[in-house]
Amino acid sequence: MDYSAKYRDAAAIKQVIHAIRSLSTRKWPIMEICGGQTHALLKYGIDELLADAVELIHGPGCPVCVTPLEMIDKAILIAAQPDVIFCSFGDMLRVPGSAQDLLAVKAAGQDIRIVYSPMDALNIAQKNPDKRVVFFAVGFETTVPAIAMTVYRAVRENIRNFSVLVSHVLVPPAMQALLSAPDCRIRGFLAAGHVCAVMGFHEYIPIAQKFNIPIVVTGFEPLDLVQGIYLCIKQLEEGRFGVENQYARSVTEQGNIPAQSLMSQLFAPVDRKWRGIGVIPASGLQLKPQYSSWDAEKLFTLENMQVNEPEICISGLVLQGLKKPPQCPAFAQQCTPEHPLGATMVSAEGACAAYYHYRTNQSVPLSDKAHV
Amino acid sequence: MQSENPAAACGACPIPIEDYPHIVMAHGGGGELSRQLLDKMFKPTFANPLLANEHDGAVIPRPGGKLAFTTDSYVIQPLFFPGGDIGKLAVYGTVNDLAMCGAKPQYISLAFILQEGLPMQTLWNVVNSIRVAAQETGVQIVTGDTKVVEKCGESGLFINTSGIGIIEHNLTIGPAAVQTGDVIILSGDIGRHGMAVMALREGLEFESQISSDCAPLHDIVKHILAAGINVHCMRDLTRGGLASALVEISSSARKQIDIAEDAIPVREDVRAACELLGLDPLYVANEGRFILFVPQSETVKCLEICHAHPQGHDALVIGRVSDTTQAVVIAGNAIGGQRVIRMFSGEQLPRIC
Repeated sequence: MDYSAKYRDAAAIKQVIHAIRSLSTRKWPIMEICGGQTHALLKYGIDELLADAVELIHGPGCPVCVTPLEMIDKAILIAAQPDVIFCSFGDMLRVPGSAQDLLAVKAAGQDIRIVYSPMDALNIAQKNPDKRVVFFAVGFETTVPAIAMTVYRAVRENIRNFSVLVSHVLVPPAMQALLSAPDCRIRGFLAAGHVCAVMGFHEYIPIAQKFNIPIVVTGFEPLDLVQGIYLCIKQLEEGRFGVENQYARSVTEQGNIPAQSLMSQLFAPVDRKWRGIGVIPASGLQLKPQYSSWDAEKLFTLENMQVNEPEICISGLVLQGLKKPPQCPAFAQQCTPEHPLGATMVSAEGACAAYYHYRTNQSVPLSDKAHV
Repeated sequence: MQSENPAAACGACPIPIEDYPHIVMAHGGGGELSRQLLDKMFKPTFANPLLANEHDGAVIPRPGGKLAFTTDSYVIQPLFFPGGDIGKLAVYGTVNDLAMCGAKPQYISLAFILQEGLPMQTLWNVVNSIRVAAQETGVQIVTGDTKVVEKCGESGLFINTSGIGIIEHNLTIGPAAVQTGDVIILSGDIGRHGMAVMALREGLEFESQISSDCAPLHDIVKHILAAGINVHCMRDLTRGGLASALVEISSSARKQIDIAEDAIPVREDVRAACELLGLDPLYVANEGRFILFVPQSETVKCLEICHAHPQGHDALVIGRVSDTTQAVVIAGNAIGGQRVIRMFSGEQLPRIC
């Protein structure tokens, strides 16, 4: 795979890091939206290499982290039905609901399956006509088209024992909510490349204009990330506030039009609660009423369920970039990936899990450690 | 799928039990059917004088020096996968654990837990695979057991093997012997077993088929020890992968380990599969790879021996033990960044995006 090697080339990355250091006159607070980007930044140690030039604030772009507690509880209630085969992407199984997680339900004997594509769940439904097969439709704009296509097929082929528990969320409303907060410190955004591959970046242009903030559509390889940071800081240093596209090899301004039209055919915007943040207007998607026969929340009559989150965890502040994970007194103490108190420790993509996995919580700074 | 019939591949006889196409509860009941399984299948296949004694246990001659003793259970699904099968794993796994103690593997016990309904042919294939692996590694299967449990879902089989090996040198090999300045050698590329099994289990199709690295390590270890290399520690990389092996040793030895992440070889198809599923190859299972901790002064000689052996052909230095007492594993990369390597919590689960 020479393709990805090109974007991991150490000399090229070092060159951009050097350019960022030369360019930056202050430590700019920039938020990377996506959890995948957070992990790559910490995995490669880019945050520390650029510690003088940029403060990377880790955004709420991890769908596992922001899925509200009540949605996990709904998933657990559905999965516990004897005639249900519950299908999910793997990392949702470990997310604790208010009493247990889906892995515990699976261990208790329920039929819960990890699938790699929603289409796999539909195939399971076709093979098991006497079961009700429910797919946990979680994710940002990136995952919506595949789920839209699956529901579209279920409708077209009239597969009635298949439904989706929808908890989709959208990036632009969350960015606006973050920027509208009175204590917002964010001065620039790295927008999530994969979301933009589907949606394009035209939605971000009015946000950049309204809030005077540079937004750079950025990929996920280390060279992408440092280039995205460079472009963002260059705008800030020059006093420009526009949308730029670092990830042009995958992203166009208009995005994937057929995917978008399929999404809007099946889904409509809805106010959505984000774990740790609260309700953000029009920040989610739900199936349109004409598809309610495939909507698990309606089929299992779970629409009115409300669950409050525990007070103890500061993951909401972490998701908004107001606190760093190690600033939480529970971090790596009471709260670990084995016993997560909050959403950001649950997912492999969550900011707290990223710090836990890639940074020592002991007192020795990494930079003092010997190289091989 | 890999050939469901290693028996054919190794030139074995046809299935010796014809009247029962499937395992039934009575095959584990201690009566006539148990006896038939033992007499017709296990004893002729694993024939050796110790097994022929037909006693409750094997009486083995007492060697001089120290013994190594280990046990492991094998529950892998699917039973047959590209590059290996549960029988081969059960022998190699125990052989490798003994080899990592610096022991020459000698005797193995073999205990089956079979689920009723298991096709007799499947058992026969596994048994023959065990026979071939035992011959290859020079171990004798000297005692065993069979139980049958009720069918629950798809019928399968589980294996437990224990092994005894003889230590014919005076080295102390283990985490406690790890010294500051030790060099860490990895015997080759990582992650193939885990991805081979996962691809098969999950029905994932990649451009190329990934085969397990499943292999015995007793012979390469024998060569390393015979050359007089002052090995401080060895560990085969199994569940939890390279990362977990390093963290365990660092933690037991109370030493900091620094590794160069970019040096660690991962085949492109394995890396691509890992990236697709959101898995870190450092944590993916292996069944034929190991790490060695040796004094820096012996690195070149040790690498020469490894490179001359099929199980260490691509061996390389991936790191060293640092001069601190902090039990932490740190991976550095080519751009100068660093990360801490930790034990993975739970199992790695494929990610959403």
